[in-house]
Amino acid sequence: MSTDLGIPSFQPGQPLLSGLAGVPKLDDGDAAQTRKDFTADAEVRWCPGCGDYAILAAVQGFMPELGIKRENVVCISGIGCSSRFPYYLDTYGLHSIHGRAPAIATGLATSRPDLNVWVITGDGDALSIGGNHLIHALRRNVNLTILLFNNRIYGLTKGQYSPTSEPGKVTKSTPVGSVDTPFNPVSLALGAEATFVGRTLDSDRKHLTSVLRQAVEHRGAALVEIYQNCPIFNDGAFDVLKDRDEAAARLVRLEHGQPIRFGPEGERGVIRAADGSLQIGLVSEVGEDAVLVHDAHDPNPAVQFALSRLDEASLSHVPIGVLRSVSRPTYDDLVRAQVDEAVAANGGRATDDDLTDLLAGKDTWTVTN
Amino acid sequence: MDIAVTATAHRIEQLDSVVIRFAGDSGDGMQLTGDRFTAETASMGNDLATLPNFPAEIRAPQGTLPGVSSFQLHFADHDVLTPGDAPDVLVAMNPAALKANLGDLPRGKTLIVNTDEFTKRNLSKVGYPVSPLEDHSLDSYQVHAVPLTSLTVEALKEFGLSRKDAERAKNMFALGLLCWLYNRPTEGTERFLNTKFARKPDILAANLAAFKAGWAFGETTEAFSVSYQIAPAPSPSGHYRNITGNTALAYGLVAAAHRSGLPLVLGSYPITPASDILHALSGLKRFGITTIQAEDEIGAIGAALGAAYGGAIGVTTTSGPGLALKSETIGLAVSLELPLVIVDVQRGGPSTGLPTKTEQSDLLQAMFGRNGESPVPVISPRSPADCFNAALEAVRIATTYRTPVLLLSDGYLANGSEPWQLPAVSSLPELKVDFISEPNSVDKNGKPSFRPYDRDPTTLARPWAIPGTPGLEHRIGGIEKADGTGEISYDPDNHDHMVRLRQAKIDGIDVAPLEVDDPTGNAGVLVIGWGSTYGPIAAGARAARQAGIAVATAHLRHLNPFPVNTGDVLKRYRRVLIPEMNLGQLSMLLRARYLVDARGYNQVRGLPFSSGEIADAITKLAEEPLS
Repeated sequence: MSTDLGIPSFQPGQPLLSGLAGVPKLDDGDAAQTRKDFTADAEVRWCPGCGDYAILAAVQGFMPELGIKRENVVCISGIGCSSRFPYYLDTYGLHSIHGRAPAIATGLATSRPDLNVWVITGDGDALSIGGNHLIHALRRNVNLTILLFNNRIYGLTKGQYSPTSEPGKVTKSTPVGSVDTPFNPVSLALGAEATFVGRTLDSDRKHLTSVLRQAVEHRGAALVEIYQNCPIFNDGAFDVLKDRDEAAARLVRLEHGQPIRFGPEGERGVIRAADGSLQIGLVSEVGEDAVLVHDAHDPNPAVQFALSRLDEASLSHVPIGVLRSVSRPTYDDLVRAQVDEAVAANGGRATDDDLTDLLAGKDTWTVTN
Repeated sequence: MDIAVTATAHRIEQLDSVVIRFAGDSGDGMQLTGDRFTAETASMGNDLATLPNFPAEIRAPQGTLPGVSSFQLHFADHDVLTPGDAPDVLVAMNPAALKANLGDLPRGKTLIVNTDEFTKRNLSKVGYPVSPLEDHSLDSYQVHAVPLTSLTVEALKEFGLSRKDAERAKNMFALGLLCWLYNRPTEGTERFLNTKFARKPDILAANLAAFKAGWAFGETTEAFSVSYQIAPAPSPSGHYRNITGNTALAYGLVAAAHRSGLPLVLGSYPITPASDILHALSGLKRFGITTIQAEDEIGAIGAALGAAYGGAIGVTTTSGPGLALKSETIGLAVSLELPLVIVDVQRGGPSTGLPTKTEQSDLLQAMFGRNGESPVPVISPRSPADCFNAALEAVRIATTYRTPVLLLSDGYLANGSEPWQLPAVSSLPELKVDFISEPNSVDKNGKPSFRPYDRDPTTLARPWAIPGTPGLEHRIGGIEKADGTGEISYDPDNHDHMVRLRQAKIDGIDVAPLEVDDPTGNAGVLVIGWGSTYGPIAAGARAARQAGIAVATAHLRHLNPFPVNTGDVLKRYRRVLIPEMNLGQLSMLLRARYLVDARGYNQVRGLPFSSGEIADAITKLAEEPLS
């Protein structure tokens, strides 16, 4: 295991260290981890049928495969149903206050390179009260894995509309319909200079696991939006994506380096129109060569952003998968490098003499009685 | 400087103390001038105290009253407690500076005026129909009318500077003149200029020349017949420097981290008058210090708390409006029982208030500004240099008791300065911290387990279990926790118990007893204060005693918990006076807690009390008939 976190020289397009570099791996003699090792004693208290169960199961299922020491995993959440998540994962966990998890995680990740830090949040927590912390964690590219459970409703406060609720939504606080324009979390993240942006579904265990695994491996801030069903206050919000036929027509599965085709027979594709915009077309009409090939590694986020805009609140064309995954030095690595360089230039850890010199400054005088 | 040796033609008088105020436009460099005069004065061994006073606007309209910036310095051959009630010398660089400050200058005192700026336009900007230099309105002062600007330009004509650049050096001319007038050494300022303008040789040469020309002007003209000397103040043997409160506070945090062996992580958002602490610490990375300039005040304290959770000394620095934003996170830290230091450099409020002026009106916010029963220790330094000790004390309490601690500085302490006897690093408190590394319990199956809310029987502190420690994986949060296990608990009796436990932990913090200064032992009045009123109270009491009034003083460094003997002290005196730069916040706390009929003496003018005001308040109370 290496704890050397010197900043590698950065070449655009060249992958940086893994998101888990610096986190201690299991020792050779350690017993292999199982799902049980990551399952806390606490009784899970989400409502029956909540999409959060599936996400928890997926995370507990793939965490053992990472091969890192459990005590070096920290899960930080804010407030909301999703934010109870840390209680159920047998790692270090911090259930903080509404919207502030990215800020707390920034301080922890910056001061502790040996930790694998997760932020668990929801659409209200991350995009409403905590919007500022989220966008700044993304632009700084702090080495965090951020899971945004999007159920398009406030659940814990019993059913008010959220910043991702569709326009016109009738809820307890919008009896004649919401007049708000919702956020598209993926578009927001791309606009906030995120280096990794993904989207997946609570109901697709395989896809969920695949995207989360890539997010954890990414060095930097990785935001994954997870469409998650709230069976009590917004039941069926994503049902059209779960019905086999409807899903085939609506889900646009993105794979880096692959043409973007969808539909029951893959008959439709995303094409770039003459004006540069993205459109949906029949592959049989436009030809295979006209279909856009997904480039998640393109440093310019313009096409990735355009892909995110295929989506509408009505879920007509929903891109899922990894929209963007690019390399950029992380905030925490750069901050530590500045400190390490200054300490090295000082000749190592500050001594009592160094402190004495600091306190004295340049203008001193002596009194002798 | 070679011309200094010829300074024999003038009479030299000895003074025991002088108060000088430099006043000019915000762009005139008055703060720098004051800082340099202070540094020279400190190096001569005078005791001193300073009061910078400047507008919030970086450059208010030139020549107007709102744009006036001033710097007052009190120095003496004895111990100095305040920056001085009133100047003995006022240096006014323009009509606005004269108009804004003349009311504070007692008649008969010295006024040095830059006549070049007394133009018709500048006079009309501040509503002088006729120049006060010409209408005899200044006759009761000793006026030195000096064309500072044109003398500076003349002295610099060989440097080929634009007139504007040459004029900018006029503050150095004034500094040189004042250094001559008070026989200050000049080497420090020359060294300072050499460093500051090392890469701008033209500007360096001009500033040095202006400085020397100012000195020579005093030496050669007949306008100044006398120069003055102030002997060094007796002080304990040792090494000294001059230091501002913000610098001392930053260094105290560095020293605390050094003594604890833990990294320091500062999360901060720029805010006046606290930003200088962020600036200072961001330049001290070689001490292993991490500074995070966060997206907002809440992000700043969040980052500090996250770092504390990971085992660092977490600190956040702010002023009143920022403290309001941090309230919820402080409450979380109370619930998590993690160490955290919150520094509030108080300024005038409410809301944006008076960003660059001082006030003590955040005490109740610090004490109670959170939801729920949320006790937090509160400490406050008493002078600029004392900010160093207060920072160490805040870290001691935070790490020993695993609690957020509020440190209340203020704008006067932050920017004011005084001589500081340098401490030996080895004499500073040891702040060794132990992280728990092993399970502290066994579960019902006999397996080792960890109870994150078990407590030390003496301090009631819970263990600090940092991520990365095997076997101690645990979950904590802002929801009420079961005593011991730390698991979520909504049990009524447990909540009642936990609320009382958290209160008992703070109430039980070990703080030094309250000391009373009662020289005659028969004082009828006790003056008690906190924070930066220490100096004015001590000086006011000294003046009252000289007038024959028996008065005692006491200073509360710890506002929560109060020293255990506070009630006994208060009850020993027939009358208790509490001067505060607020409308009676400490008064409210002491009256409520100890049922004592304490009298407030309150001002919220954005300025420290003068010692005369305190002395008058003492006299008035002492002479009031007992009811």
